Amino acid sequence: MKLTLRRRQILWAYLFLSVSLVFFITIRWYPTLLAFNISFRDWNVFKGAGDWVGLANYADIWEDFFKPRSAVRAAFGNTLRYVLFGVPLQLALALSVALLLVRIRQLAGFFRAAYFVPFVTSAVAVAFVWNWLYAPQVGLINQGLKILGLPMQQFLRNPDLALPSITVVAVWRTIGFAIIIFLAGLQQIPDIYYEAAQIDGANRWHMFWRITLPLLNPVIVYLAVLQTIEFLRMFDLVQNMTQGGPLNRTTTVVLEVYNEGFSSYNMGYAAALTVILFGLILAITVFQLRVLSRRVEY
Amino acid sequence: MAISVDSSTEHRLEAAERLVGKPPQSRTRFSWETFLTYLLLSIGAVIMVTPFVWMILTSLKPATELVQFSFLPVNPTLDNYVEVLGTNSFGQWYFNSILIALISTTSVAFFDTLVGYTLNKFEFPGKTIIFLGILATLMIPTEMLIIPWYNMSVQLGWHQGTMQYWGIVFPGVITAVGIFLMRQFFDGVPNELLDAARIDGMNEFGIFWRIALPLVKPAVAALCIFNFIGNWNAYLWPLIIASSREFYTLPVGLSFFRGESTTQWEKIMTGASLATIPLLIVFILFQRQIIKGIALTGIKG
Repeated sequence: MKLTLRRRQILWAYLFLSVSLVFFITIRWYPTLLAFNISFRDWNVFKGAGDWVGLANYADIWEDFFKPRSAVRAAFGNTLRYVLFGVPLQLALALSVALLLVRIRQLAGFFRAAYFVPFVTSAVAVAFVWNWLYAPQVGLINQGLKILGLPMQQFLRNPDLALPSITVVAVWRTIGFAIIIFLAGLQQIPDIYYEAAQIDGANRWHMFWRITLPLLNPVIVYLAVLQTIEFLRMFDLVQNMTQGGPLNRTTTVVLEVYNEGFSSYNMGYAAALTVILFGLILAITVFQLRVLSRRVEY
Repeated sequence: MAISVDSSTEHRLEAAERLVGKPPQSRTRFSWETFLTYLLLSIGAVIMVTPFVWMILTSLKPATELVQFSFLPVNPTLDNYVEVLGTNSFGQWYFNSILIALISTTSVAFFDTLVGYTLNKFEFPGKTIIFLGILATLMIPTEMLIIPWYNMSVQLGWHQGTMQYWGIVFPGVITAVGIFLMRQFFDGVPNELLDAARIDGMNEFGIFWRIALPLVKPAVAALCIFNFIGNWNAYLWPLIIASSREFYTLPVGLSFFRGESTTQWEKIMTGASLATIPLLIVFILFQRQIIKGIALTGIKG
């Protein structure tokens, strides 16, 4: 039997897709459904599938949320704080650096690399480097404070300073990514707009507010969403800098998932937490799609 | 995923090229404004780089020098490296990290391009649904999958013995981001070229492998670099699935090493340097490709 060209094309296409289809079904879609399933069960990994308990895990989370000194409430509260402090700080700093970088001719490549380098390094290594920088007495930052005649600080052991200290590291670590995206966005704004504004006698400040910022809006929304999701998933830095302490003041949702699921083996409860996290990320992604799908006319 | 919605691929390509390209060399006259710009940028750059400098300087100091503060090592020594490499499993962890990053990068380079190519160049029933089915997985956070993956791995024995390598690597052997990216890049490969090869009697895999793939080499290179870095730094999943010390990757090993060395900062900084220096080298070598790739795709790698 001779296959037509079109038939043969279809067969080749499915042959090329076969391994990947199996992968996406078994390693992505099935586990996603399984995560929901586990969240409705009293699941212990060593006993296998547990009893169906309906919404009991979610009810437990709700109940734990209102207990005094609740780790879950701390986790959600801190995660929100990381997002609310970290994302605006990072975007504001990244945009400032990008605006400075587009103005210079010499050494631009060197500066770009310097700002970007922490992004490629391991968060675990970076966590320890900053632990050492923040170390009481002998740490570089406290030595600097001493030279300036300022009081030394216990950055990571002080319940009020620990979360801001980790936020600084998180901002530092991924700011290079935001700078590059801003730079790419700035380069896409046609020069004609600035030239026209100059002829009309607009000053720099006006040009920034009337041209740069509005035209950069899609980039800002894109980055805000991406970095919000990143900060919602905080784990590596916290786990290796403070383990969530002192007094749960730095713990995050993912750290609680890890503790509940892999230290207490309370997997149903941990799965329910991840479903809630998924819901948050999904809501933000949908928001992004709605905002970004508005066309921007140059 | 696009940086801005209405810019075409060529437009973005041009912008990304301009970003890493050499700027026109014109002598700028001194002005306070330029001076201030460079000053601010330099202060920022010092803040960005100091932690790494401090890490390396600390790793070169004998323990006694940490107590009396001095910025540069007085008697620089490589003893910390000899000791950390000699008494720990760092060598093994290096091997594991390289092996895992190579397996996953090779697999991603092959399958992501093949699927991206198929979704761009072929017409077949179910194409849209397959594409959306792959794209939608981008919205599922890894954190939600680790519990099911762990359960599956335990049932299949992927958390024990040599199977741990497979256990660490299996979630990342194909990526939706890469497929999405490559699908876009195959737009630039003209269909006439592929048809000409068909008329010459080349089979479809040959056309992909020998005609289409060489034309998107820069994109594949960017994909490989991102994937390598991502796998090298991956922490949460390897931490969960690698149950015995010999199978740790560098970040996992490093975090356990930290637990054992508590306040021996010169040792911890040596470990951190060992985990970081290969990436710094990769970054210095491929700086342009990495930055261009990010500017082009807006994807975190």
